[in-house]
Amino acid sequence: MQSNSVQSYEHLAPSRAVKIRQRFVPFVVMAVVLLLIPFFDPSRTMYSLTAAMGINIVFALSYNMLLGRGGLLSFGHAVYFGLGGYAALHAMNAIDAGNSAFWSNYPVFMLPVVGFAIGALAGAVIGWPSCKRSGVPFAMISLGVAELVAAAGYMFGSIFGGEMGVTGDRMVGPQAFGLSMGPVEDVYWFIAFWTFVGTLGIYAFTRTPLGKMSEATRDNPERVQFVGYDPNRVRYLVFIFAGAFAGLAGGMSAVNYEIFTPESLSLVPSGLVLLMAYIGGIRYFTGPIMGAILLTYMQSMLSDYSEAWLLYLGLLFIAIVMYAPGGVAGMVFGLLEIFRHGGAREMLIRRVQQAVGVALAFTGLVILIEVAVRWSNGYGEVFEPFGLHLGIDTPLSWILILGFFGAGFVTLRLARNNEEGHA
Amino acid sequence: MSTPALSIKGLKKNFGPAEIICGVDLDLEPGERHAIIGPNGAGKSTLFNLISGLYHPTEGSVKLKGEEITGLPPHVINRMGLSRSFQVSNIFANMTVRENVRCGVLYSLGHGYSFWRNVGNLREVQQKTGEVLERVGLLDKAHLPAALLPYADQRTLEIAITIAGGADVVLLDEPTAGMSHSETDRAVALIEQATAGKTLIIVEHDMGVVFNLADRISVLVYGQIIATGTPEEIRGDPRVREAYLGDEDEQQVLAGGAQ
Repeated sequence: MQSNSVQSYEHLAPSRAVKIRQRFVPFVVMAVVLLLIPFFDPSRTMYSLTAAMGINIVFALSYNMLLGRGGLLSFGHAVYFGLGGYAALHAMNAIDAGNSAFWSNYPVFMLPVVGFAIGALAGAVIGWPSCKRSGVPFAMISLGVAELVAAAGYMFGSIFGGEMGVTGDRMVGPQAFGLSMGPVEDVYWFIAFWTFVGTLGIYAFTRTPLGKMSEATRDNPERVQFVGYDPNRVRYLVFIFAGAFAGLAGGMSAVNYEIFTPESLSLVPSGLVLLMAYIGGIRYFTGPIMGAILLTYMQSMLSDYSEAWLLYLGLLFIAIVMYAPGGVAGMVFGLLEIFRHGGAREMLIRRVQQAVGVALAFTGLVILIEVAVRWSNGYGEVFEPFGLHLGIDTPLSWILILGFFGAGFVTLRLARNNEEGHA
Repeated sequence: MSTPALSIKGLKKNFGPAEIICGVDLDLEPGERHAIIGPNGAGKSTLFNLISGLYHPTEGSVKLKGEEITGLPPHVINRMGLSRSFQVSNIFANMTVRENVRCGVLYSLGHGYSFWRNVGNLREVQQKTGEVLERVGLLDKAHLPAALLPYADQRTLEIAITIAGGADVVLLDEPTAGMSHSETDRAVALIEQATAGKTLIIVEHDMGVVFNLADRISVLVYGQIIATGTPEEIRGDPRVREAYLGDEDEQQVLAGGAQ
């Protein structure tokens, strides 16, 4: 300390190589994936699925700014998504009407910016009272706000369009980047662009002083006060940004679907975004991305195969909460960690064993549920997977159900015994 | 006389009918090292919580460098130049040691709630964080998660966060609690060095530490300061001995015996 030359502490920061690997490469990969998808010539269904995924990725990431990074459990995050979306739709209609110089020159492509602004405004207004509390009171207030805004959505028809909602036409106004926004391919580029921008923006936020102090406030709100920060103010500012990015996702949705109904403000989408973030893994930045992709896929694909898909979603959520609190991301990174450290063969075998056990037991459960649902409906429909005939009174059904359950149970037991023997 | 670094007048705190602090007066000269001692339950930690803004006093006033801070929230008091540590390690357990110290540095370097800058590009923050880490000897542990530090190092980190913001009045709440002898010696050296030129108030149970470190000592008993003076004066004060009656070890230290 006595020396006059100023010592440099740059070596304390992560090295350039680490920064590139951890911060730069993932975004390059993301951009490449987004750019390559159209070259696989996806079907219309695939296009609409990727669009829904993009919207949900930004929405779930914005939610995790609160839950994962800020420690704020919100039950009403769809409010900001919905208000941003409604604002974007009204702006779309203003572009269509062409009454004002500003709106008639505004490209539809940039409507998520409107969503962002209105989401931030809604966050600033609603966050003002609700961020004076944290923990359970905050969660309860968010629930109340969601109910309130959803109710208002059905009441103020001129703004929210009643049950029918507000509709628009995205093929209006000036074109940006030569996109007419008509065909799904054009919409894809719009979604891809904003998914990338939203993800990058939310990641950049985690790197700012405010983003860092948000994590500090989550972990230790008392100490934060004694390094000069007001924890309520930190939470409030984070809340505004979370609202803004939710609004951005709402703007993407407005252009993609050209409709918004009051239901989009309700507790249902608020609950779904919570599930996406949590199932994906709230402790990892990439967690909500994985959760959004998985749940969007389940929502659109699984619902074609089974009317009981919400039941499976509930099971998945409970299983994650109980056995894998790190979520999908936690499992993925846990596996990568095992691969990276050689000599963890036993670990890997145990994981495979557990996975097989869970899969077997789950198969039994699926058969039970599918058989039961069809029987309960009473239309005489029968569950017929792989050409089998599985009715409620077919002995084979019950043999399969109990067999799979038993096999899964035994496998999981073996895996556990191995673990105990190992430890 | 210069403006006291910290001036406490008639400070009282009641919790319901219980009077925990009943009329404390204390003036600290800039640069002074002041120790507060007293038996368990005397109200030492409550006094710290009152000064640092965690509790609101029932009566009385606290002035920091001549400015009234009574009733202000903790973060405002902290920005005015008063920082404190905690009796129980109160660190950001999920962050690395370096990130912990950086949290302590950010506000003082004017980066408050900013959301338009990348923390990794803030040279000044990086430099200051490195300096603080070097000063407390945690440079080689900078990348460890704070939760994985051994206990003594967590206590050191606690002090590092406290001094990181450059506050000139520092309150340390039992910084050596639970440490071994050698760890305590190192902690005392660290405190002396890290708070050089600052005004220090320290609550401490270890009498050896107190008599080594302090310029002046106040004895707090049942929410009142019964004596304030230099270590020699306190050693010779019969009221202080009476307060510690029955505590053989500490009586010995007070009598100038074993260290």
